[in-house]
Amino acid sequence: MSVVELDRIASEYNNKIEGFQKIIHICTGTGCVSSGALKVFNRLRDAIDSEGLTEKVLVKKTGCHGLCERGPIVVFGNDEILYQTVGKRNVEDDVKLLIATIKDDQIAEKLLYRGDDKTKRYVSTHDIPFYSGQTRLVLALNGIIDPEIIEDYIVHGGYRALVKALSMHRDEIIEWIDKSGLRGKGGGGFPTGVKWRSCKTAEGSPRYVLANGDEGDPGAFMDRSLMEGNPHAILEGMIIGAYAIGSNQGYIYVRDEYPLAVERLSKAIGQAREYGFLGNDIFHSGFDFDIEIFRGGGAFVCGESTALMTSIEGQAGEPRAKYIHTVEKGLREKPTNLNNVETWASVPEIINKGWEWFSSIGTELSKGTKVFSLVGKVNNTGLVEVPMGMTLKEIIFGLGGGIQGGKKFKAVQTGGPSGGCIPEEYLEMPVDFDSLTKLGSMMGSGGMIVMDERSCMVDVARYFLKFLVEESCGKCTPCREGVRRMYEIVDRICSGNGGEGDIEHLEELARAIGLGSLCGLGQSAPNPVLSTLKFFKEEYRIHIEEKKCPAGVCKSLITLHINPEKCTGCMRCASECPVGCITGEKKQVHTIDQTTCIKCGNCYDVCHFDAVTIE
Amino acid sequence: MEVDTGKLNSIVQKYNGDKSYILAIFQDIQRIYRFLPKEAIKYTCEQLDIPFSKGYEVATFYKTLSLKPRGKHTIHVCLGTACHLRGGPNVADTFERELQVKIGDTTGDDNFTLETVNCLGACALAPLVRVDEQDFGKTTPGGVKSIINEFRNGE
Ligand SMILES: Cc1cc2nc3c(=O)[nH]c(=O)nc-3n(C[C@H](O)[C@H](O)[C@H](O)COP(=O)(O)O)c2cc1C
Ligand code: SF4
Ligand code: SF4
Ligand code: SF4
Ligand code: FES
Ligand code: FES
Repeated sequence: MSVVELDRIASEYNNKIEGFQKIIHICTGTGCVSSGALKVFNRLRDAIDSEGLTEKVLVKKTGCHGLCERGPIVVFGNDEILYQTVGKRNVEDDVKLLIATIKDDQIAEKLLYRGDDKTKRYVSTHDIPFYSGQTRLVLALNGIIDPEIIEDYIVHGGYRALVKALSMHRDEIIEWIDKSGLRGKGGGGFPTGVKWRSCKTAEGSPRYVLANGDEGDPGAFMDRSLMEGNPHAILEGMIIGAYAIGSNQGYIYVRDEYPLAVERLSKAIGQAREYGFLGNDIFHSGFDFDIEIFRGGGAFVCGESTALMTSIEGQAGEPRAKYIHTVEKGLREKPTNLNNVETWASVPEIINKGWEWFSSIGTELSKGTKVFSLVGKVNNTGLVEVPMGMTLKEIIFGLGGGIQGGKKFKAVQTGGPSGGCIPEEYLEMPVDFDSLTKLGSMMGSGGMIVMDERSCMVDVARYFLKFLVEESCGKCTPCREGVRRMYEIVDRICSGNGGEGDIEHLEELARAIGLGSLCGLGQSAPNPVLSTLKFFKEEYRIHIEEKKCPAGVCKSLITLHINPEKCTGCMRCASECPVGCITGEKKQVHTIDQTTCIKCGNCYDVCHFDAVTIE
Repeated sequence: MEVDTGKLNSIVQKYNGDKSYILAIFQDIQRIYRFLPKEAIKYTCEQLDIPFSKGYEVATFYKTLSLKPRGKHTIHVCLGTACHLRGGPNVADTFERELQVKIGDTTGDDNFTLETVNCLGACALAPLVRVDEQDFGKTTPGGVKSIINEFRNGE
């Protein structure tokens, strides 16, 4: 195989699709599938069939396009027209609209994306602020290629980097990765080139390369979208890495809860083998390499490097002490190089375009881009990829379009259970590995969870502690007992039983757990508490001393009332109350029976007249 | 309970009897029974030539494996961070109340098992509920009944 042959494959595929006058991309990422994308796909295909347009219009299934909140997303051509929430109200109507636009080349106004002021309509993705503010390197082909067709990846430049890399000296490849400044995207931000070099020079054989697609981080889905949307980029990166490091066997660790990712990766591996990109004597270079998928079992700790390796060995995935680095003695005690899937997917473009190109993006110490899953109380939830160093404000208010329902921004949580909450005063801060760490948070895998005034920071701390109590493997006492103890204290504070000394006790425990734990889970477990204490101590104090929850979240500390002055008697709250404790006649003031109210806050959320108050 | 040793054998064979694939083997077995019967663990351990205690340790370590029988439909209420913030806990509470079971348990008629998960990867649609393979996005406590009915009547 050579570039010439790749070009031949590409042009054959191009010939096949050349006859089509239109190409329609339907996002079948998890988000859009959940909103009904498959129904839209099937209906549209049928309609195209019955209109006799099958020869003219190609409908493609793609991975996540990013704007998941507005799914199902349908894109015409290469980003020329973006239709959103297609089929959300009525599949038949929307499919009819699309067919009409195909036939007369008009634009279906109704399905276009609208801006904040609801008047401006955007046509192309290039104009929508959510997309125009991004720099898509890793996600460039997500939403464009059909992840189940390898030729589509090849048409878009796929596997060229592999050909190039095989003509390079192994050390030169590592040199490039090193000089590009690529740092691991799985959490720690460790320099990738340094890791590769130490693995290559470590004693022992065989050597393994592993991809971490565990993504146990709640609220994060970028790795999933990448595995589902562009699996070949991950494979190509791994093959290049394996060649450079001198490995013949790779594994991708994917959680079992991600069945679509497993399926697409398996298909991709099968196709890559058929073309000889995997297997023996790849491109007649004498280099053998193959990849297997290992399905994880939904344990957060298995994302940790040593636990992941133990898990692949067929045991309960408990971490080991890292006196010896895994690059020297990892999987089956052999030299092992583990990288996150996004890290691997960054490799082909660095080889294609050169390290200088990559290192020209980003900041001094954090090069390139990072994919974030922007979720929570933000308008445009979804996936964004931005150059390192973009500010939080640009991401949340620029790309994300600000806070839902016009509410006030309160904090953004980054880094998942190992990270922390960042308050408003740091919104201008550039997002890179080091500045987040300085604030007591973390880049982590890239979850960015936006909170508004209705989010209680003490409750958030309790949420993460509960998660970590459940996920601690229990091997070491500070983590097993200490995190539980922290949870009990914070839980007590949330139920109105907090007392003097609780905060000091939390801080003391945090220090002990951080120092005494074996793996990263325990070492970083106190972070969500420490960072909320650092920036929102007043909120803790109000919970403890005044027995109140300012955000109106902690159930034991709130009561809900209906303000008779404002209530119009629209009956909405009564029909939405899950326990039926609201009574009142039409056009009359409603009242809440406090003895049966479960304080779910549903009435508050549904009332259009601000008549429900939380105290 | 009786397990179908023929089926178990073919799963073990699929992985060439390699014990490092024990997790995958258990996951495949669970797909047959919707849970992992103790007898199946025991039988698999014998085939793989590992002690039962080791197999049991693996079976209890991973969250996706369940040693308790599950009902006909499994309801997963996501309580990941995004879903937590957008009201997931209220949705979970409502399911508990409507089905009259606690999280982790199965209804008396064996129709539903109620479980929670820590993120299903569709956070933009939070709070998310997954029943078997079907997702329901942006759920509210008020919408819980209709989700249940869809599976109760529709089968
Ligand atoms: C408790 C814990 C969970 C982790 N989970 C993940 C994960 O889901 N995915 C991931 O890529 N890295 C995860 N990591 C980080 C990995 O251990 C490891 O640093 C990373 O995969 C290395 O790849 P990178 O250098 O490309 O970032 C986790 C670490 C800890 C301590
Ligand atoms: S720190 Fe926690 S998760 Fe890590 S090894 Fe110790 S007990 Fe297990
Ligand atoms: S929704 Fe608001 S206005 Fe309507 S009845 Fe309830 S409290 Fe009154
Ligand atoms: S808080 Fe919930 S239970 Fe209480 S009145 Fe409002 S809707 Fe009903
Ligand atoms: S899943 Fe369709 S845009 Fe994300
Ligand atoms: S947090 Fe619920 S789907 Fe991610």
